[in-house]
Amino acid sequence: MNYIPNTDADRAAMLQAIGVGRVDELFHDVPMELRYPKLALPPAWSELDAQREMRALSDRNLDLNHASCFLGAGAYRHFIPSVVDFVISRSEFYTAYTPYQPEISQGTLQAIFEYQSMICALTGMEVANASHYDGATATAEAVIMALHVQHGDRRKVIVAPTLHPQYREVVRTYTQGMRLSIVGDETPGDGPGGLAGPEELAALCDDDTVALVVQVPDFLGGVVAPDRLRALADRVHRCGALLIAVANPIALGLLQPPGAWGADIVVGEGQALGNPLSFGGPYLGFFACRAEHVRRSSGRIVGQTVDLDGQRGFVLTLNTREQHIRRGKATSNICTNQSLNALAAAVYLAALGRQGLRQVAEQCYHKAHYAAAQIARLPGYTLLSGDFFHEFVVRCPRPVPDINRYLLHEWGIVGGYDLGRDYPSLAGHMLLCVTEVNSRQEIDQLAAALSQLDSSPAHVGQEVRR
Amino acid sequence: MNEPLLYEISAPGRRGASLPALDVPETAIPAAWQRDELPLPEVAEVDLVRHYVRLSQKNFSVDTGFYPLGSCTMKYNPKINEAAARLPGLAQIHPLQDEETVQGALRLMYELQQMLSEVGGFAATTLQPSAGAHGELTGVLMMRKYLYERGETQRVKILVPDSAHGTNPASTTMSGLEVIEIPSDRRGNVDLDALQANLDQTVVGLMLTNPNTLGLFDEHVLEVTRRVHAAGGLVYGDGANFNALVGICQPGALGFDVMHYNLHKTFSTPHGGGGPGAGAVGASAELAPYLPGPIVDRWDEPDGPRYGWRMPERSIGRVKSFWGNFGVLVRAYVYIRMLGAEGLRAVAENAVLNANYLQARLRGTYPIPYGERTCMHEFVAQGKLEGAPGVRALDIAKRLIDLGHAHPPTIYFPLIVPEALMIEPTETESRQTLDQFVADMLQIAEEARTQPDLLRQAPHVAPTRRLDEVRAAREPVLCYRL
Repeated sequence: MNYIPNTDADRAAMLQAIGVGRVDELFHDVPMELRYPKLALPPAWSELDAQREMRALSDRNLDLNHASCFLGAGAYRHFIPSVVDFVISRSEFYTAYTPYQPEISQGTLQAIFEYQSMICALTGMEVANASHYDGATATAEAVIMALHVQHGDRRKVIVAPTLHPQYREVVRTYTQGMRLSIVGDETPGDGPGGLAGPEELAALCDDDTVALVVQVPDFLGGVVAPDRLRALADRVHRCGALLIAVANPIALGLLQPPGAWGADIVVGEGQALGNPLSFGGPYLGFFACRAEHVRRSSGRIVGQTVDLDGQRGFVLTLNTREQHIRRGKATSNICTNQSLNALAAAVYLAALGRQGLRQVAEQCYHKAHYAAAQIARLPGYTLLSGDFFHEFVVRCPRPVPDINRYLLHEWGIVGGYDLGRDYPSLAGHMLLCVTEVNSRQEIDQLAAALSQLDSSPAHVGQEVRR
Repeated sequence: MNEPLLYEISAPGRRGASLPALDVPETAIPAAWQRDELPLPEVAEVDLVRHYVRLSQKNFSVDTGFYPLGSCTMKYNPKINEAAARLPGLAQIHPLQDEETVQGALRLMYELQQMLSEVGGFAATTLQPSAGAHGELTGVLMMRKYLYERGETQRVKILVPDSAHGTNPASTTMSGLEVIEIPSDRRGNVDLDALQANLDQTVVGLMLTNPNTLGLFDEHVLEVTRRVHAAGGLVYGDGANFNALVGICQPGALGFDVMHYNLHKTFSTPHGGGGPGAGAVGASAELAPYLPGPIVDRWDEPDGPRYGWRMPERSIGRVKSFWGNFGVLVRAYVYIRMLGAEGLRAVAENAVLNANYLQARLRGTYPIPYGERTCMHEFVAQGKLEGAPGVRALDIAKRLIDLGHAHPPTIYFPLIVPEALMIEPTETESRQTLDQFVADMLQIAEEARTQPDLLRQAPHVAPTRRLDEVRAAREPVLCYRL
């Protein structure tokens, strides 16, 4: 099946109009000896084959409709109202391109304008763009933007050790040609695992500092009180640097927005807003900043204007920043955003509304605290987290991979994240996530499973129980 | 008619979704943490649905009609791909689940890596980059690191032909390298003399879009790649135009060292109104260790193959969180499996046939600067009509909107053709659809001479009239003021 409507008769007529005899004559510019390689690809499927084979492939994975899950670490399972998939399945939305012709793209443009408005509301910022690829790349773009706000003459970027480890990696990958020094994530402090907190990071700030990046709640789930964050922002600003906040948008349903405590740029992973886990993508990186910096920001932005009749309409705007206008002078190469994922986020936020998002955030908080309390009272387990939102750190009596294997095989539970993978000082510690979709029964079962760990045999290399 | 904003149909207390009651005891939330207000709209589900259905009806899309937007490859998006991406075992899996619980997903990614490497003629492929420009950044960083690890740190320049995609120079700048623009020759190829004059020990490499944005296959491509290699540089392939070549020739065999694939162009995944896309990157055996990752590897064990993550040994690092835009990868995988080798070749053949047919039919009416050459999957005409001096490409594009059958072509790109109308029909359009487009374009050419104001005022029947873009930029209104 190749989705090509033309018949042999059509092709013959078209070749005649072109004035050539055969289709392969159209490829005369391609070096003859390299034309038509024999490609070793599997034989073509029919659609019925595809349905069967893809179902079989899907069945080889443990989907989270068939397990309870306490894994977060940057990708979160939340309730998604049916209206979200309904809207993003409208093919007028999903089969359109970037809205280059605004007169016939008002659907996409207005939807993005509304998305931008809701991101501003959530973050407490004045402007937001149409989205980046994900939270990690939005963070890297925020660092690069800060560099340009500082006119490129500062070289030090401070990242919190509790910024998502993969985000720190992406910041380093993106900036490897920019001669920056990225520091802070090796700095010791009083946090869990002896990691630096806001005060230790603030002490690193000087007049060579481009920006300081903190995550709220942080990668370990921790919440820092707004007055400490405000003090951090003051210190950063006194150095002439920018404060970049990487925020969880669900938590912002409850917590003070970063704009309220002095962040200059607020970015984050927007997946939790109505987008399925989908094995890590496609997600969306939201990006918001103070209005004074908008002309140095990257990514597509939709603005409001009027048409010839004075009617309200929307267009892509401030595009003199963009690569297709300035080519080599552009400071970002972003062309694509994650428009459909941003649409899903907008529909989600509107469906839940101001009460619903707050309720989701509060349920996450209460359920996570209930779970933490249940686990903390088990012998052998210690809760390391103090103030947290919906993720917390537990010191475990056995290696985390062993516990996770046991939970999976004996109980059908997907356990938490093994922090030893990223933090040597947190080997043997698990990061557990609880959201509104985890029922009390699931949480009690997790605690029961963990309490019976000692009586179970070792679980190495066994089959997954489905 | 204007559609109100969500904020304008909001009323306090309305809900569009509900949650079950909390089933655990509450824990006190510190008052100092909490925000005072959360200014989100409040709407009922029915109003939300009508809002978005009405908005959707203001969009032109591939499923609405012909979308010959040059260099964007707006082909039909098969529906089986959408169904597959929504299967619970593919949509409802966490990226950090234990490898043994996601063997199906890993196998899919492994096979997609293999199939893309095969059609591109490369040793290995990463699926991590999210878009074409993301792939470019990846590729340039790989070339830079490869050369710098060999001690060639004096190499600081990237050569970019003037017929390349606009993102190429920006990707170069982001990599900390300098852009040198190489002009095209009279036939639209890379000017070999200009290329040679710039090839020295300071060059990291060349970023080549082939076919280029004029829709032309470079007649000296083997000579171009040979010369760059002879000077110690590398060749990056911008694969945005790969729809012309899939199954016809392997870019790796033409001498490209690294190339990105736009899965949202060549491999039929929908554009989503501007994303998500996926920009997989293929590399030669020399460059493969520098790919970002992790990528999926396969180990054969007594009870069958096992799939798992592996970081390429000299990787530039991660370019994105997790593994890539998996949902997009699923769609591209199904597409390639549905087509097979013969189907992919038919894609390129019919895409090129359709483009040449349109070029032949429009040649007598619209100037086509390189029209004496056979084009590939697209061609560039000019919105400069004899006897209609006041009419521009923009006016022609807007008038096409009125006629309702087609989205306008890409306009004013490439920059090297004044009043450019860049037309890419793709292979999924029938002769009838192309004939209708020709009829519309001929009608517009006639109107340009007889009723130029009709064009200059167009569109007349779209959801809005021409919008004031200058005002949007001068007095930015970027979010709803509460």
